Amino acid sequence: MKNPIATSIESQNTRTLRHVFNIILRDPLALISTVIILFFVFIAIFAPIVAPFPEQGQGRTNAGDTMHPPSAKYLLGADRLGRDILSRIIYGARPALVVPIGVVLFAVFIGAPLGALAGYKGGWVDEVIMRVTDLFLAFPSLLLAMAIAASIGRGLDKAAIALVVSWWPWYTRIARGAAISLKEQYFVEAAQAIGVRDSVIIFRHILPNTISPILVQATVDLGTVILAMGGLAFIGLGTQPPSPDWGLMISEGRTFILDQWWIATFPGIAIFIVVLAFNLLGDTLRDIFDPRQYK
Amino acid sequence: MRIFEFVFRRLLTAIFVLVGVSIITFAISHVVPSDPAALYLGSTKARPEDLERIRTKLGLDLPLPVQYAIYMRDLMRGDLGTSIATKRPVLQELTDRLPATLELLFVGMFIATLIGVPLGVLSARWQGTWADLFVRIISIVGVSMPAFYLGLIMQIVFFRNLGLFPLSGRVDSDLRFTSPIDPITSFFLIDSILTLNWVALKDVFLHLVLPAFTLAAYPIGLIARMNRAAMLEVLGQDYIRTARAYGIRNSIITYRYALKNAISPTLTVIGLTVAYALTGTFFVEVIFNWPGLGLFTVRSLLALDYPAIMGMTLLGASGYVIINLIVDLLQTAIDPRIRLK
Repeated sequence: MKNPIATSIESQNTRTLRHVFNIILRDPLALISTVIILFFVFIAIFAPIVAPFPEQGQGRTNAGDTMHPPSAKYLLGADRLGRDILSRIIYGARPALVVPIGVVLFAVFIGAPLGALAGYKGGWVDEVIMRVTDLFLAFPSLLLAMAIAASIGRGLDKAAIALVVSWWPWYTRIARGAAISLKEQYFVEAAQAIGVRDSVIIFRHILPNTISPILVQATVDLGTVILAMGGLAFIGLGTQPPSPDWGLMISEGRTFILDQWWIATFPGIAIFIVVLAFNLLGDTLRDIFDPRQYK
Repeated sequence: MRIFEFVFRRLLTAIFVLVGVSIITFAISHVVPSDPAALYLGSTKARPEDLERIRTKLGLDLPLPVQYAIYMRDLMRGDLGTSIATKRPVLQELTDRLPATLELLFVGMFIATLIGVPLGVLSARWQGTWADLFVRIISIVGVSMPAFYLGLIMQIVFFRNLGLFPLSGRVDSDLRFTSPIDPITSFFLIDSILTLNWVALKDVFLHLVLPAFTLAAYPIGLIARMNRAAMLEVLGQDYIRTARAYGIRNSIITYRYALKNAISPTLTVIGLTVAYALTGTFFVEVIFNWPGLGLFTVRSLLALDYPAIMGMTLLGASGYVIINLIVDLLQTAIDPRIRLK
C-alpha cells in the first residue's frame, strides 16, 4: 500500500536516522564512544578468533598458572583457576554487553507499542495501560529485577528476563507522550479521514515517529542496564560460573583484591569504559532530541 | 483548602500504588515460580511428601485470590512472615537492620547533595569554561562507575596503599570491649554523640567514610548534571536578563535569584536519586560487609528466602513511594507556582 502519506513518513524517518548518523560523525566524543562500543561488540562476536585462549575464556581451568600476574603470556594476568583474564573479558563481553542490548530491544518492543496504543486511543485503554505502568515504576527497577531473577531461578537468561520486565514501562511512558503529540498532526488526521484502521495508524504512522525519543532514551538506558546486569552477576543472580561475565569476574576477584588486584581490576575497567561510552553517546543524542519535550 | 485537597489526592494515589505493589510482590513469589513450595524449601529435588506438607502449611493449595487475601490480612497486622534462613519474623529482621542502612544512605546522600549541588551551580555559572568541562567529566564518570567496582578501588587505595580507613564493617570489633556503643537510636553516629563516647564516634566515622563516598558517587554525578541543567534553564529567563541589565552582580544573580528557582527541579532529582542509592547500598554493603538491609537481602536472594525477599521488595517500593510523596509535598511548599497549576 503505497500512498503519499506513508511515503512522506518513511522519508521523514530515514531523514531522522541519517541526521543522527551525521551528528555522530561530527561530534568527536560521540564518534569515539561509538567506535568503542562497536569495538566491544566486535570482540564479543568474534571472541573465538580474537581471544588468545578461547577455551579458558569459556571456562576451562588451567591449574599450572593459578593467580599468574600480568605478563607477556597473560597480558592481564590469570585468575584463581589459572584462566587468562583477557580471554575471559573478551568472552564476558557477550553476557555483559550484547545481552543488555537485547534486553533494551525487547523492553522497547514490549513498551513502545503499548505506549503508542495508550497515547493514541486515550480513554480507558490509556487509563489501564498507564496505571499498570505506574505500578512497575513504583519499584526501584533493580530491586524488582533482583526479586524476579531470584524467584525464577539464577542464570543469564533469567536475569535478562527480569531486566526486561523491570524496564519496559519506561518506554511505554515515552511512546505515549510522543503518540499524544503525534495524533494531533495532519498526517494522522488525514489517515483517519480516509478510513485507515487504528492498528495500521499506530504501527505505520505513530510508532515509526516515536523512534528518535526512544532511541535517545534507549542509548542512555543501556549504560544503566549494563550496570544492572553486572550487578546481578556480581551478587550471584546472573551468569553462573564457569561462564565468563564481567560482573561475575569482579565478584570472584573481590576475595583477592588486596594481593591479586588484577583479577577484579581489569573486568571493572571494561564495564566502566563501555558504560562511559554509552553515557557519552546518550548525552550527545539527548542534547539534540530532548525526550523530555514529549513528556 | 486547595493545598489540603492536593495533599489528600497525592496520599490517595500513594495508597493505590502501594496496594498495586503488594499485588506484584505477591505475584512474584506465588505466581511466577512454577512451584512456590520448592522455592520455600530452597530445592527442586525435595521429597514429594515434604512439598505436600509445605503446600498445606503455607496455604498454597487454596485458590490464588484467597491466598492474596490472607497475605493482605497478615500484611495489615504487620506480619511479613518468618524468614526461612533465620527463623525469625521478617519484620524483626528488617527493622533490626534498617538503622545501619539508613545511616549509610543519609550520610551518602548528604555528601552527594553537598558536593553535587555546588558542582552544578559552578558548572552553570561558568558554562563553557574549563570549570564546566571539569564538572561534566566528574558527573559522567560518577554515573558510569559501578558501585561494586568503585568500592574495591576505594579499599585498594585507602586501606591497602594509604592505610587511612578501615577495610570493612560498621565498627571495629574491639570497640565492643573498650567503649561499647549504647544503641539508643541504633544510628551509631547519633548514639556515640548522645553518650559523649568520642572514641566510638571516631571509629564509627572512619568506618563510614569509604562506604558513604562509594555510595555517593552515582548521586553526585546525577545531581550535578541535573542541577546544571536546571540552573541553565533559569539563567536563560527574562527576569535574569533584566537583573543583568540593571547591573546586579553576577554572584547575587546566581545565588539569590537563580538558585532559588532551580532548587525545585533539583529536589525532584535528589528524591529520584535516593531510589538509585537504595539499590546502591546493596552492593556497597556487600563489599564493605556493612550489617544492613542490603547484605541481608543479597543473602536472602541467594538462599531463596522468599518471605524475606518479599518483605524487602515491599519495603523498598514503599520507601520509594513515600520519598516521591515527600518530594511532591516539599515542592508545593517551596514553589508556589506548582500549587497554581
